[in-house]
Amino acid sequence: MSEMLLEIRNASKIYKQRAAGGVSRDVIALQDFNLSIPKSPASIITIAGESGSGKTTLAQLVLGFTHLSSGQIIFDGQDISNADAHQMKDYRHQVQAVFQDPFGVYNPFYRVEHVFSTVISNFKLANSQASRRSLIETALNIVGLHGDDVLRKYPHQLSGGQRQRIMMARAYMISPKLIVADEPVSMVDASLRASILDVMIRLKEEIGISFLYITHDLSTAYQIGDQIYILYQGTIAEKGNTIKVIDEPKHPYVQLLVDSVPVPDPDVKWVGEINLPSDEEMRMSVNSGCRFYPRCPARMDRCLTAQPPLYKIDEVDHDASCYLYDQNEIAVVKNNP
Amino acid sequence: MSQQKSQKKPVLEVKDLRVYYETPKGDVLAVDGISFDLYQGETLGLVGESGSGKSTAAMGILQLTVPPGRIAGGQVSLDGQSLLDLPEDKLREYRWVQLALIPQGAMNSLNPTMKVSDQIRDVILAHEGAKAKNGLKERVLELLSTVGLPGRVYDLYPHELSGGMKQRACIAMAIALNPTVIVADEATSALDVVVQRVVAQTMLKVKEKLGVSMIMIGHDMGLMAQMVDRIAVMYAGKIVEIAPVRDMFADPKHPYSELLIDSVPSLKERKPLKITEGITHDPRNPPPGCIFQLRCPFVMDVCRKDAPPMQEVKPDQFVACHLYQANEDGSFIDVRDVVRNT
Repeated sequence: MSEMLLEIRNASKIYKQRAAGGVSRDVIALQDFNLSIPKSPASIITIAGESGSGKTTLAQLVLGFTHLSSGQIIFDGQDISNADAHQMKDYRHQVQAVFQDPFGVYNPFYRVEHVFSTVISNFKLANSQASRRSLIETALNIVGLHGDDVLRKYPHQLSGGQRQRIMMARAYMISPKLIVADEPVSMVDASLRASILDVMIRLKEEIGISFLYITHDLSTAYQIGDQIYILYQGTIAEKGNTIKVIDEPKHPYVQLLVDSVPVPDPDVKWVGEINLPSDEEMRMSVNSGCRFYPRCPARMDRCLTAQPPLYKIDEVDHDASCYLYDQNEIAVVKNNP
Repeated sequence: MSQQKSQKKPVLEVKDLRVYYETPKGDVLAVDGISFDLYQGETLGLVGESGSGKSTAAMGILQLTVPPGRIAGGQVSLDGQSLLDLPEDKLREYRWVQLALIPQGAMNSLNPTMKVSDQIRDVILAHEGAKAKNGLKERVLELLSTVGLPGRVYDLYPHELSGGMKQRACIAMAIALNPTVIVADEATSALDVVVQRVVAQTMLKVKEKLGVSMIMIGHDMGLMAQMVDRIAVMYAGKIVEIAPVRDMFADPKHPYSELLIDSVPSLKERKPLKITEGITHDPRNPPPGCIFQLRCPFVMDVCRKDAPPMQEVKPDQFVACHLYQANEDGSFIDVRDVVRNT
C-alpha cells in the first residue's frame, strides 16, 4: 500500500483543435504535471492560475471525466486510467466533487432532499428511514444547517452560500477521502465565502478529508490552503507552502500575480503598469521553452530553448520553474555583477 | 473639507430613488429610497452583496428599468435636468452622450458579427449623424489608443480579442461621445487578476484624461480601495453608509460596512474566518425600523421600531445607524462607548 492518497505522475493532456481549413493544432492543457497528496495528515492543496492555465482540466482528470494523453493518476495505489466500472464506483466513493456554480448543479424541480436521497440510494448508504434521516441531519449539521430548515425547500429558496454548503454536506455524507472543489466560492458573495471556507477547514481537521482546491483567487487560498501549485498555461510556475509562496513569490509570473491582487487599503495602490501581449504572441512559445517568455520582465535567451525544470528555492517546501533560480545561473550573475 | 464639498457642484443628483419589482406576492423593494450626489471628476463606488440592489440602482439612474421593474419614485437629475420627466426620445439624447454605461459582462455585449471599429462608429453616427463621418476613422483609432488597444484592433472581430481587450473596447465605446458620467457595472469582475488590473488601470487613466465622473458598481472591496474616491454601501435596497474611501476603510461606522470590509480575505496575514449569513428578510416585507436589524450584532430596541436617519457623523461621512447619537454641540457619540464606560 502506498503512503500517498493521490499521486499524479507526468500527467499531460492535449486537446486537438481543428481550425478552419482542416489544419489541426494541439492545445496543451496540462504538461508533465506532478502532484502528490499524502494519506495523512489531511491537507488542502490549492491549484491556482488564470483562465486557460489548466486548473479545471486537472480537476476533470482527477474526477475521471476526461482521460490523460500521457502519464498516470494513482489513487491509493490504483491507477485510475485502467480501473474497471466497479473500481470506478469505489473511486467515486472516495473522491467527491463540489463545483463552481451553486445554481447550475441543482435540478430546480426537486426539493433539496432529493440531492441527498439520490446519493444515499446510489451508494447504498442507509438501510432504514431512520438511519437515512440521521445521515442527512449529521451531514447538514457539519455545514451549519438543519434539515427542518432546508430539506423541504426548493433550490431557488436558498442563498448561493447555503446551496454550496449543501453540496459540501452531500460530498461529506459519502465520506470520501478527497474532495475536488473547483472554484467553490467564486460565484458566492464575498461576505458569504467564509462560511464555505470554514466548512472546508473543519472537514479537513475534524473528519480528515483532503481537498484539491481549485481557484483563481490567491487570497482565499492564503487563508485556508496548506500547499499551493500555481499553474501557468499548463505547467507549474511555482509550488510549495502557501504562505511561503505568496509571501515571497519567486517566479516572475507569480510575482506579477500576487502584485496584481487589489489590496483593500486605499493607501496601498498598484505600482507601475503592465502590458499584456496579444493572445497570439502569448501562444507563440507554447512548444518550446518557458511559457511565460512573452510576458516575462526578466527573460533570457536560454528561456526559449527549453522549459525550465522546478528549482528548489528552499529545502523544505518551495520550488519555482524559472532559470533565475538555477544555481549555475546564479553563479554567473554573481561572477559578473 | 465639508465647505469645499458644498462649493463643488454635483453633476448627478439622486434623491430618494425607488425601484420596485412587481411579483404576484407583492413588490420587491429592490431599491428603496437611495440618495447621493456625484461630483465632477469623482468616482463613487456602490458596493453591497448580491441582492442589495446595486445593479438595479444603476439601471434606475439610466432610466433603463424594464418590467417587471418600475421606478416607483424619486428624482435623478443630471446637470440640473431631471431625467425622470423626460420623454423617451429626449432621453435618447442624454443616454450615451451624457450618461454612458459599461454593462455587467460587457465583453459579451459586443455584437459578434460586426468588427469592433464598426460598433464604435455606430455609436458615434447614431448620435451625431452623418456630419461625424469626416475623420471618423482617426477618431475611432484615437479612442482605441486611449484605452490602450493597438491600432490593428480596428479591423478585428470580437472573437479575435481576449477578454481584457474586449472589455477595453467596451470602455472605448462608453467614452466615444465624451459623456459626463459613466456607470460601470461590475466592469472587471469576470476577468483574471492580472487582466483586471490592466483594465482597472485603463479606466483610471481614461477618467483622469477626460475628467469624467464615474459610478463604479462592484462587490470587491479590494478593487474599490484601488479605484474610487468615495464609497456608498448598500444593504437590501438602502444606502447604509457613504464616506470618502479612506475614512470608510480606516473607520467604517455602520456595522454592515465593518462586516463587508472584514470579510475581504487578506493576502498579508492569516485571520480567523468571519462567518455571516446573507440577506435574511423577505425583500417584499422589510422589517419595520433598521433594515440590518436581523443581522446586526449591536441591535437595540429602537432599531426594531424606527428606521435610522442618515447623519453626518464625521465630515463627509454619512451613516444611517442608531449607534450614533448627536450631542448638543453637533458632535456624535457611539452608544457602544457609553455602554462600555458605565
